[in-house]
Amino acid sequence: MVNIAVLVKQVPDTNAKIVVQGGTRVDLSSVKMVMSPYDEYAIENALLHKEALGGIVTAITVGDGSAEKILKDAKAIGVDELIRVDVTQDMDSNALQHVLVEAIQSVGAEVVYCGKSAADTGAGSTGPGIAQRLGWASVSNITDIEFSSKLCVIAPMGGSSAKIDVSMPAVISCDKGNVKVRKANVKGIMAAKKATVQVLSANCPSSTIEIIRHSMPPSKPAGKSFQGGDSANEVARLLREEANIL
Amino acid sequence: MTTIVIAEINNGSIQETTKELISAAHSIEGNPVLIIPCSNASTADGASNFEGVSQVIAAKSDVFGTYDASAWADALDSVMPQGTIVAAASQQSKDLAARIAAKRNLSVVQDVVSIENGEFTSPIYSGKAMQTVRCNGDAVITVRANIFNPVSSGGSNSVQVVDTSGNVATAVREMIERASKRLDVSEANIIISGGRGMGDPSNFSHLEQIADVIGAAVGASRAAVDTWDEIPHSMQVGQTGKTVNPNLYIAVGISGAIQHLAGMRSSKYIVAINKDADAPIFQHADYGIVATWEETLPVLKAAFQSMMA
Ligand SMILES: Cc1cc2nc3c(=O)[nH]c(=O)nc-3n(C[C@H](O)[C@H](O)[C@H](O)COP(=O)(O)OP(=O)(O)OC[C@H]3O[C@@H](n4cnc5c(N)ncnc54)[C@H](O)[C@@H]3O)c2cc1C
Repeated sequence: MVNIAVLVKQVPDTNAKIVVQGGTRVDLSSVKMVMSPYDEYAIENALLHKEALGGIVTAITVGDGSAEKILKDAKAIGVDELIRVDVTQDMDSNALQHVLVEAIQSVGAEVVYCGKSAADTGAGSTGPGIAQRLGWASVSNITDIEFSSKLCVIAPMGGSSAKIDVSMPAVISCDKGNVKVRKANVKGIMAAKKATVQVLSANCPSSTIEIIRHSMPPSKPAGKSFQGGDSANEVARLLREEANIL
Repeated sequence: MTTIVIAEINNGSIQETTKELISAAHSIEGNPVLIIPCSNASTADGASNFEGVSQVIAAKSDVFGTYDASAWADALDSVMPQGTIVAAASQQSKDLAARIAAKRNLSVVQDVVSIENGEFTSPIYSGKAMQTVRCNGDAVITVRANIFNPVSSGGSNSVQVVDTSGNVATAVREMIERASKRLDVSEANIIISGGRGMGDPSNFSHLEQIADVIGAAVGASRAAVDTWDEIPHSMQVGQTGKTVNPNLYIAVGISGAIQHLAGMRSSKYIVAINKDADAPIFQHADYGIVATWEETLPVLKAAFQSMMA
């Protein structure tokens, strides 16, 4: 029986239009929120792990009540237990990892799966950061996994990739890779409706990183447009003479 | 305040982007201490002429032969002074930066593209917005490539070799030979990518031929990867593929969906070749060619060939 945790995060749908309100903060009030895409691969690997070796899978998220929707989504796919750590303020990586480590320890997990990065920040700091704090092994950006008494993963290594044995306990951050994520079935959706979320309060250290502002990306000056394949000659010349490339 | 730069290493040699990291550290404060993770101290020779560093330390350990996050973090932590740490925003170094930050109970700011008045700016929401933060105290920062001006190489530094070690938690069972011997998109300074508009995977050979002329890697959109078994996921650029930051990105038969842009919009120069003048990719292109790839790529190849000759 393996005690498995999977970390999930609610983020704006990747198709959503992002607007900065009042020139200082991103306004997400009318944006559809979904589970971060890589977290779906993390859930899939966690479920495969359970199916291979037996165990229990707990999905953990940090956020306010609205974040419970993605926990229910995780339940519908096949996760067993749901935990939300109740936090409403901005957290830097240090604060976030601190509360996640507390939750992982309270669950007693021996292996943690997460997405390689969240689609909002794109940072990818959480997996390796919590592994360090727990004193565990970690491998990031894995694309495949095999289960035995040891975990064996495939992950990028120096421009190529490698089969890597990982000692447990471990944190595994998941890239898209070769796994196909399963979809919720009717039974799962019913189970999700009835599922209860365990809410933990957090002992959240203060953040040392302060968000000053959000802004729109600097707009690029309009590019030059050409018609027809022969213009490739002109573009090649500009790449050398104007852009100083090549 | 002390700043520390962790050199970016690939196959035992210091990568050019390390010079950009030093210049990024200058925008924080003063000349940084440059730390070179190496299993052989001669790796550090490559940094002996870097300008703008206060000290060069070769952190020498067997653990630096292959990447193991916890061992690297241990080994580097023990040789680095306290201060703000700067590393590259490569996949591996972002992982390492997060480990080191956690080890020192610091926060980490990833993918920084600008440093001004003590404020750090990174793209968020896949580049659809920017976030500017201020760090109260030391932090760990990773910096994207091809943004900061590299320092010159007219300096002369003595290298101090310090032996170090760390606890290894993973073991490489075997390296996996890549299906192609081509440069990986994550390592390339020039990328030429194909999308669904290439029509057939065999047409990627036209992209490969151009890549060979200009030393580029070949990438792909998700539609290409999902549609054709011949195009592996390792080539995919975008939200669920690789984030790349090359000097030049050439998008061929790619519409420019927001999730593709997420992986390449911060490229320094973007060229788009697409037969549809309204394709969104053109809004992000420095040079846009409205034409089919069939009529464009042969001309482009010939032009590059005569330029590189
Ligand atoms: C959660 C999520 C994650 C995603 N992640 C990614 C990702 O990582 N990377 C990614 O790329 N996409 C990703 N997508 C998919 C993305 O939304 C688009 O579907 C995809 O990028 C489209 O690929 P494409 O541009 O090759 O194809 P299309 O959109 O079909 O565009 C093909 C283009 O080729 C042009 N064309 C056709 N024939 C020719 C010709 N002969 N010569 C020149 N041009 C021609 C057409 O005009 C068209 O613009 C993701 C989507 C979701 C929902």
